[in-house]
Amino acid sequence: MNVFFYIAAAVAIISTLMVITRKHPVHALLYLIVSFMAVAIIFFQLGAPFVAALEIVLYAGAIVVLFIFVVMMLNLGRETSLQEKTWLNLATWLLPGVLGAILLIELIYLISTQPNETLTIAEIEPKAVALSLFGPYVIGVELSAMLLMAGVIGAAHIGRRTIKHYHRFLQEETK
Amino acid sequence: MSETLNYWLVIVGILFVLLNIAAFLIWVERRMLALWQDRLGPNRAGPFGLLIILADTLKLFFKEDWIPPFADRHVFVIAPAVIVISVLLSFAIIPFAPAIQIVDLNIGLLFFLGMSSLGVYSIVLGGWASNNKYSLLGALRGASQMISYEVFMGLSLMGVVMLSGSFSLRTIVEAQKDYWFVLLQPVGFVIFFIAGIAETHRLPFDIPEAESELVAGFHSEYSGMKFGMFFIGEYLGITLISSITVALFFGGWLGPAFLPPLAWFAIKTAGFILFFILLRASLPRPRYDQLMEYGWKILLPLTLLNLLVTGGIILFLNQP
Repeated sequence: MNVFFYIAAAVAIISTLMVITRKHPVHALLYLIVSFMAVAIIFFQLGAPFVAALEIVLYAGAIVVLFIFVVMMLNLGRETSLQEKTWLNLATWLLPGVLGAILLIELIYLISTQPNETLTIAEIEPKAVALSLFGPYVIGVELSAMLLMAGVIGAAHIGRRTIKHYHRFLQEETK
Repeated sequence: MSETLNYWLVIVGILFVLLNIAAFLIWVERRMLALWQDRLGPNRAGPFGLLIILADTLKLFFKEDWIPPFADRHVFVIAPAVIVISVLLSFAIIPFAPAIQIVDLNIGLLFFLGMSSLGVYSIVLGGWASNNKYSLLGALRGASQMISYEVFMGLSLMGVVMLSGSFSLRTIVEAQKDYWFVLLQPVGFVIFFIAGIAETHRLPFDIPEAESELVAGFHSEYSGMKFGMFFIGEYLGITLISSITVALFFGGWLGPAFLPPLAWFAIKTAGFILFFILLRASLPRPRYDQLMEYGWKILLPLTLLNLLVTGGIILFLNQP
């Protein structure tokens, strides 16, 4: 189990690094998908198969598709890559990188000084997730439902405003 | 030890059978289309024209495997593999018979939905990497079509999940001992099947390809075995949707005892595959905006209503 965890974790870290360093946005997004899948495997091993499945269905399968969908239509070519290259020069990332590395070292030190507790992993079934979502956390579910509803109405409103008919057949149809 | 061996045999056996079914469907589809359209179909090579499978496969293998110089090479190569891998992985959760199933996940259905949503990348990336306007248009249509139909593909299955109380396909099949879920969830079945056709982008919903307007849509630039991968992926997708439908709504391997369970599963699945081909032979392709409106304005509200009614009835019957 541990070996698989470390492999998946390594894949997640490497692919996330690749997301940041790729010049081409579509390639970066492809690495992001790999990263999500690695995180899904980690969730699966930690006994949360439901969250793992949602990670694939929602993040890798829906949200990143929409990202790629938009990037595809922007027709980003060589110029964007060059622009990315100038943005990601040594002077830009050196200081944040060093500061981040200091924090990472501190984090590793703190973790290594913690008393070594063995983690007991109990698998949580989808049913248990559902019971807690619609039991103690029902208010959160309802609030997010309201938020989504507002989003849907907003999107429908924005979509309505820009109806323009370039073709007489379509004009007749909506009259 | 023998258990491990058995496990490997099941995996290799399923893979072998599936790939052969995908190849066999080349012939089945052409013959059946010919039958329904009052033509002869392939009938020259071998008995009943069966050797066309061999001829077609050889042709695909020996065609020039060309990567256009303007394409994004790496993504172009990855794209056809994605659909075959994601569809083949989905077969891992399907119970073909009581003893023949690769893994019985308790999130089985969600795994299937996840894999089918990863299959979208094949079309999107293939169309984008080709760097061709027709391919790009096909990819855009494919992405929006599959994302929209995925939404209620998942929701239409939730009725079955409520009735059986589990995401595991084995439990769902076993819950259908008395009556098939198609009797309790007719709306769910119809919506799932329509969404399944859209997911496999088969006719009448083959708008990403739409050869009369977009050359060949997202795979216009593909040749040789890379095109063959899209081809196989499509046939595997048909088989997948058919077998999931059988497992969820038509009792899976259950049937009268004079035939073994696997035979029942195979017969039912074959029936649905033929239905897919019949749809291709008989229905015209809708316009793109008609497809999206049909999905969002008719199927989605219907799915939610189905969910609400199913939940209400279950609550009503289970009240103390």
